[in-house]
Amino acid sequence: MSYLLSHPGDLLALLGQHLGMTGLALAIAIFLAVPLALLVARLPWLNIPILGSLGVLYTIPSLALMIFLVPIFGLNATSVIVAMVLYAQVILVRHLSVGLAGLDPDVMAAARAMGMNLWQRWWWVQVPLVLPVFLAGVRLATIVAIAIATIGAKFNAGGLGKLLFDGLQTNRYDKIVAGAIAVAALALAMNGLLLWLEQLCPGPGRRKSAPGPPEPLG
Amino acid sequence: MGDLQFEEVSLRFPSESRPAVHHVTGQIHSGEVVVILGPSGCGKTTLLKMVNRLYEPTSGQIFLDGVNIQKLKVTRLRQQIGYVIQQAGLFPHMTVAANIAVVPRLLGWPKPQIQARIDEMLDLVRLSPGEFRHRYPAQLSGGQQQRVGIARALAGNPTMLLMDEPFGAIDGITRTALQDEILRLQRQLKKTILFVSHDVEEALRLADRILVMRQGEVVQFDSPLTLLTQPADEFVYTLLGADDMVRQLGVLPVSAAMTAIPPEDHNGARPTLSPQDNLREALSLILRTGAPALTISQAGQPVGLLTLERIRKLAVGKGGTPP
Ligand SMILES: Nc1ncnc2c1ncn2[C@@H]1O[C@H](COP(=O)(O)OP(=O)(O)O)[C@@H](O)[C@H]1O
Ligand SMILES: [Mg+2]
Repeated sequence: MSYLLSHPGDLLALLGQHLGMTGLALAIAIFLAVPLALLVARLPWLNIPILGSLGVLYTIPSLALMIFLVPIFGLNATSVIVAMVLYAQVILVRHLSVGLAGLDPDVMAAARAMGMNLWQRWWWVQVPLVLPVFLAGVRLATIVAIAIATIGAKFNAGGLGKLLFDGLQTNRYDKIVAGAIAVAALALAMNGLLLWLEQLCPGPGRRKSAPGPPEPLG
Repeated sequence: MGDLQFEEVSLRFPSESRPAVHHVTGQIHSGEVVVILGPSGCGKTTLLKMVNRLYEPTSGQIFLDGVNIQKLKVTRLRQQIGYVIQQAGLFPHMTVAANIAVVPRLLGWPKPQIQARIDEMLDLVRLSPGEFRHRYPAQLSGGQQQRVGIARALAGNPTMLLMDEPFGAIDGITRTALQDEILRLQRQLKKTILFVSHDVEEALRLADRILVMRQGEVVQFDSPLTLLTQPADEFVYTLLGADDMVRQLGVLPVSAAMTAIPPEDHNGARPTLSPQDNLREALSLILRTGAPALTISQAGQPVGLLTLERIRKLAVGKGGTPP
């Protein structure tokens, strides 16, 4: 803790690297996962090959995966970010396709029957209904990405993991503790933020049966 | 407005060997309530879904007010046809108000008009706007959801309503109340209603005419009374339960059996019905009260007398004979 307080500049720089990697990886992962999940929802026969191979990928330990990636992308942040994208991909595609498959066909038929076009059905109905499930996926993927980024310090990617590994190498317990606390705090903060976003989603939420308080309508 | 015409309409699903709907021809007049009646799997839903083009016929044409619906923009067509289904199909992430506002929004109505329309529609289906506007569908009972479903279908002021077994999953008492509601709305709004049902009692209660289907084909398309008294074949006879006298009485108005009031009659304290009530209600009232006869009165004035003997004679005379 004292290390954190005495080196705020170092800490901020490492935190910035950590967040940068995580943010970039998640942005790429979401960008890839949305069309992939839509494809799986449209063509159900793709379900087994795509979700299957992503599932297999998920069983490879992250350290091993990054070692595989080093010969391709070099000993740097790129290998780490690619690994993060791949892991996040598994989680996001799985959540999103479960969410899309769970859409009530009656509700979708009603949307069509009321005269919504493809675009309106997507933005007015599908997106808001799938959003809570998707955000839960983003939350999980974020935690996993933060964890992988920590290990990424071993691959010259920087980030908060650097505190941990430097500490281990030089027997500086204060650094190890500082690194562990910083990573845990980051993970908890992101989890809380995304949980809050999930709860902002419209609908009666988890209190489905209870008649909730009236909410103002825009 | 709301005149619908089927011309030799057929649909065969690619995966099926038999057509789900086969050469259906028929005309539904503006303001009419037509119930499509038939056993499960006979093609009722398929026929209905061709009207708002959720399905396209493999052959034949459908005309709405004389215009081939193929010529209309599909979203535009659907926005002027209300659609109500069994589980209401309400959007779970939208409040009751937002659900009702969907079609007006699609039609581009100005905001204040939409807000006023939401309250108007809730009043129409007898849900208090103050209490229900901001609720989500999951916070409503099945009957309330169905009322919102009807309000939503009517919000864009459509010329026609399509209803696919809307009360199929609803308990008996609520169901009867909702059927009454449909009849009331119909008298008030004069929409053309195409209503799918597999329940004979429901069909007899609601329909001006019943389109009886079997294995994709129309067997008979007539008024409830004609179906009961002149069934086209054995199938219609059994389906409608035309041998059921009580059921027959249900489609006959009191006026068909009442007699003039004898001049020296003093009316006494006889139970009273109106000429538009049906004979089944009359029979039930006679049996329940033990009165020998009923006074039939119109706008507070007695216009006739109805005895048990007259009801019995009429029932025997009309006897639905198997073809
Ligand atoms: N989307 C579909 N694909 C293939 N067959 C269908 C489809 N929808 C309905 N059918 C078949 O068409 C026939 C009529 O179905 P439907 O119109 O739903 O009957 P109903 O509404 O009278 O119960 C049934 O045999 C049913 O199995
Ligand atoms: Mg059906």
